Amino acid sequence: MAEPALSIRGLTKVYGNGFQALKGIDLDVQQGDFFALLGPNGAGKSTTLGVVCSLVQKSEGKVSIFGIDIDKDFAKAKYQLGVVPQEFNFNQFEKVLDIVLAQAGYYGMTRREALPRAEQLLRDLGLWDKRNGNARMLSGGMKRRLMIARALMHRPKLLILDEPTAGVDIELRRSMWEYMRRINQDEGTTIILTTHYLEEAESLCRNIAIINHGEIVRNTSVRELLAELNTETFLLDLAEPVTAPPVIDGFEIKQIEPTQLSLVIHRGQQLNDVFSVLSEQGMQVVSMRNSANRLEEMFVSMVEAGNKAIDERSELNKETPA
Amino acid sequence: MNATQTLVALWTLVLKEIKRFTRIWPQTLLPPSITMAMYFIIFGNLIGSRIGDMDGFSYMDFIVPGLIMMSVITNSYSNVASSFFSNKFQRSVEELMVSPMPNWVILSGFILGGMARGLGVGLIVTIVSLFFTRLTVEHPLLTVLVVVLTSALFSIGGFINALMANKFDDISIVPTFILTPLTYLGGVFYSISMLPNFWQGVSMLNPILYMVNVFRYGFLGVSDIPVVWALAAIFAFIIVLFFVALTMLERGKGIRS
Repeated sequence: MAEPALSIRGLTKVYGNGFQALKGIDLDVQQGDFFALLGPNGAGKSTTLGVVCSLVQKSEGKVSIFGIDIDKDFAKAKYQLGVVPQEFNFNQFEKVLDIVLAQAGYYGMTRREALPRAEQLLRDLGLWDKRNGNARMLSGGMKRRLMIARALMHRPKLLILDEPTAGVDIELRRSMWEYMRRINQDEGTTIILTTHYLEEAESLCRNIAIINHGEIVRNTSVRELLAELNTETFLLDLAEPVTAPPVIDGFEIKQIEPTQLSLVIHRGQQLNDVFSVLSEQGMQVVSMRNSANRLEEMFVSMVEAGNKAIDERSELNKETPA
Repeated sequence: MNATQTLVALWTLVLKEIKRFTRIWPQTLLPPSITMAMYFIIFGNLIGSRIGDMDGFSYMDFIVPGLIMMSVITNSYSNVASSFFSNKFQRSVEELMVSPMPNWVILSGFILGGMARGLGVGLIVTIVSLFFTRLTVEHPLLTVLVVVLTSALFSIGGFINALMANKFDDISIVPTFILTPLTYLGGVFYSISMLPNFWQGVSMLNPILYMVNVFRYGFLGVSDIPVVWALAAIFAFIIVLFFVALTMLERGKGIRS
């Protein structure tokens, strides 16, 4: 079997103030995967990726990138790695083209090698017309695309995207998704994505790890995770307004607006049963959608369960008054 | 990285640094030339003519090497300090950290960038001085060697300052409160032979005195202190500070959490 694109064993990070951000994480991301690393703010996602990118010093553990141990040959491992961080981290006063060419230079690519690559990437990401402009003049979405172009200059085999579409409008987000899918499928680039848009993870990623309080609480495929979803909430838009929600045995139905109902479906229940009753009662459903992203529901329930467990532990650890 | 890739990476960083300070030339190259022209007019021409000779040379000829050296020191230091700190502040230092460039290449890139500005400004000030006096260089090789080494030394100093700095104030404290007084008291405007014995002894503790004097020796052929000692001291400082800066970089001081 091929070496994982990323292998993490027993990764621990304790910051100088004693805060333990990572508590012995184990994680494998296979080559060619589109992998989501999810977690609430402060869960340890950025710390984990920071260690992989050499922005954070680990306390303990082993990290290998395509089988290359970062403790033994980090420089070689870094050639395999492209990073798109959460915050803009380029010199805003430099020209767009200079930023991507300089990054290629840091990897030892001559200007002659780098120029065609820069042109291709900037064209693909819609930035070629802006190449001679200052980076600070770009819009937020363009700056994010600039960071993607910069990360891809040296043709990395593993691309880390830390919230790449944060603050990007929907249309642009969709086009960035298309681009990410393309480099994953056509070029075989392994992608690790962190995001707060769970719809993004559900749409793009095949495998997923959820991290909370510095521990991996789930590591599975998106499909398996969604199959575990016990309930799903739908919003039903009706043709005519109703005065009260219909009552159907075994189903939770609430009225949101005169022409809108919310319906909670539990595992094993059939939507057809609801539709037939609504039809009998003369209610015509004109459209239907999920009230929340399915992955989001799963994610929230896991994080809440994790938080509850932590609270219970800290209650038990409280000193009993004498 | 193989040798070619390392050279490409180093050149990329040096070129980027040169582009940075030439892009903002009204802040970096113009002010020192105007300031030094003022020094030449006021101290060299107006006041200098009343001071008379210093160590057997006209006051203007005496202060020119010191003022060139002062420009080199200040600009080498502040270029690296402000550039590297800006990289930290804007987080663009992460571009370097995620790349496979060895730390010694990153450090050397910033040092060479600082030297490019320091020596560039030194050259501009030298050209300006030609409007006020005829320069003679007694020991050209020594003159070039000492100015290059001094520029390297203060570029390293600027790098260490930037690594340790947490805010912009921190990169102006050292130049304002340490570098400028040491330079002014480093024999730029006077010969230490004019001082009482006690203050001559105190002056000998000032490292900038050695650099100014060796540089002046290169131009005029006279120095207050032994040239070999001064060169050895500059070499030693460069080696020690380079490894201090490299160790701090390896440990991620101020840049890795």
